[in-house]
Amino acid sequence: MATTTTLFDLKKLKHARTARFGDPEPMDTEPWVPAFTIDGMSFFYDDFQALHDLTLTLPTKRVTGLIGPSGCGKSTFLRTLNRMYETVPKAYMTGTVRFGEVSISDFSPTILRRRVGMVFQKPSPFPKSIFDNIAYGLRVNNLCRKRDLEDKVVECLQRAVLWEEVKDKLHEPAFSLSGGQQQRLCIARALAVDPDVLLLDEPCSALDPIATAKIEDLIFDLRRSCTIIIVTHNMLQAARISDYVGFFLQGELIEFDAAKKMFQFPSNKLTEDYITGRFG
Amino acid sequence: MSKPYPPTYKKVINVVMLTLTGIAALLVVSVLLFILGYLVWNGARSLNLNFFTKLPVPVGEKGGGMANAILGTVKLLTLASAIGVPIGLLGGIYLAEFGKGPFSFAVRYTTDLLNGVPSIVIGIFVYSLIVLPKLHPSLLARLFPSYFGHFSTFAGGVALGIMMIPIALRSTDDFLRAVPNTLREGGLALGASKAQTIVTVIIPAAMHGIVTGIMLDVARVAGETAPLLFTAFGNVFWSHGWNGPTASLPVVIFNYAISPYTDWHRQAWAAGFVLLSGIFLTNIVARLLVSGKGSRSRSYRLRIPMAALDLFSGKRSRVRS
Repeated sequence: MATTTTLFDLKKLKHARTARFGDPEPMDTEPWVPAFTIDGMSFFYDDFQALHDLTLTLPTKRVTGLIGPSGCGKSTFLRTLNRMYETVPKAYMTGTVRFGEVSISDFSPTILRRRVGMVFQKPSPFPKSIFDNIAYGLRVNNLCRKRDLEDKVVECLQRAVLWEEVKDKLHEPAFSLSGGQQQRLCIARALAVDPDVLLLDEPCSALDPIATAKIEDLIFDLRRSCTIIIVTHNMLQAARISDYVGFFLQGELIEFDAAKKMFQFPSNKLTEDYITGRFG
Repeated sequence: MSKPYPPTYKKVINVVMLTLTGIAALLVVSVLLFILGYLVWNGARSLNLNFFTKLPVPVGEKGGGMANAILGTVKLLTLASAIGVPIGLLGGIYLAEFGKGPFSFAVRYTTDLLNGVPSIVIGIFVYSLIVLPKLHPSLLARLFPSYFGHFSTFAGGVALGIMMIPIALRSTDDFLRAVPNTLREGGLALGASKAQTIVTVIIPAAMHGIVTGIMLDVARVAGETAPLLFTAFGNVFWSHGWNGPTASLPVVIFNYAISPYTDWHRQAWAAGFVLLSGIFLTNIVARLLVSGKGSRSRSYRLRIPMAALDLFSGKRSRVRS
């Protein structure tokens, strides 16, 4: 296999990869519609309490970054939003989480998960072809007529900025792609069912900086067409891509605010200590 | 001057251990090759077309073959697979995907026990259940009297089928559990129900291993002789249908090998060779069929209509244009 090694050119990315909290972002100050309204939510793994009495609202069509040290409950919180925690035995949630106007417990889990897509830390393409990976969500949900399937798959790949790289090998196994491409394939796969919300659970933690930059670019592209909630260990990444940031510590939400304000004028001492690198 | 590294005694230990492990490996391979070579040498020499097409003939007569035993073995294995594979497969899916707690522990444990039950004991069990039901007839024996009360292909197939269950079940269970959880979550996160995820993602991902396990299982019971001695019994003629005694290759090998006639010994070798090649061939074919799956997604795929799965998951079809 011939590989051409070219130096990565930052300028090739569509959006400059700098922290955005210094730039004016007028949309951040506009009133927003809540995508999720969380009220007094606690979460338990059997007798261990992972989340303590969270109350917050997450905005629609914005990027919300969730930061905090390992084990602080960010991922658990993300998994409650599409009821993915139900696969864990003896895990349960108290309080209410509303998606739009409706409590998530009133949704059928399959319908909720179709509308609230999720991408995991480790790229997890199915052992099928690239085409079948994207088509999977469309097929299981009967979202697409057979004759439209091809167009829809192409559209999703284009939306995830993967089309140019895979257009000649749509029917090759997804495992033949690189780690970063696999992760973008997973994002494309999640986008295929046209979700209202995309939950990203540390999507870049297994990737190198170049692949990370491409995914951040993609998130930046999607941020006005889709609600994105991203858990990240990388504070600079949160600063680069998010409109809003929530800071979690030991299962509690310490602060939730516009990214610009949070990173410049944190109102809580703990947040300030964390983002200035005094702990975590 | 510094001491040389590694020191001499380490080098000596290294050479000794490497030699020992190498000899052990060579022994294993050579025993296998010796058996195979001996079988091929003796078996292939005694093979001819008659062997596959003719019925056995009395001692002293020329010609004659084992067509009935070959067909008998095929019938027995088909019936055994029809019993053992579905139970093993579905049970394995239950254990890997749904089973938790003491019940599934008990199932795994008893399956391992069943795997350890000597084949002759399973033979006796089926013998008393099917071949001798006149002593204590079961409900099934009253419903289908023609299958009970005598030696039959049916009884032999049931015995082999019972022997197949544990390996089919445990290998399915093991290979399904080896599928990473990220795939299960990936399927669920796209709005697929649990049933859809299992059928369309998890099982295809584990398909290669599952088929390999089942092939090994078939190969194992194909050579079983003990339970067949008093269930399928044996027959020198064709066995029609499923309710008469039938010849089978392992039993024929047993009978011919202990006979005092050189000609029969020859035939026993040939039967052994045919049995081995048959197993070998099915194994290769099954692997070829499966290996096409992951890579060439469009070929060989057992496509289960999604709409049919929707029935189980309680979803209505929502076609949007």
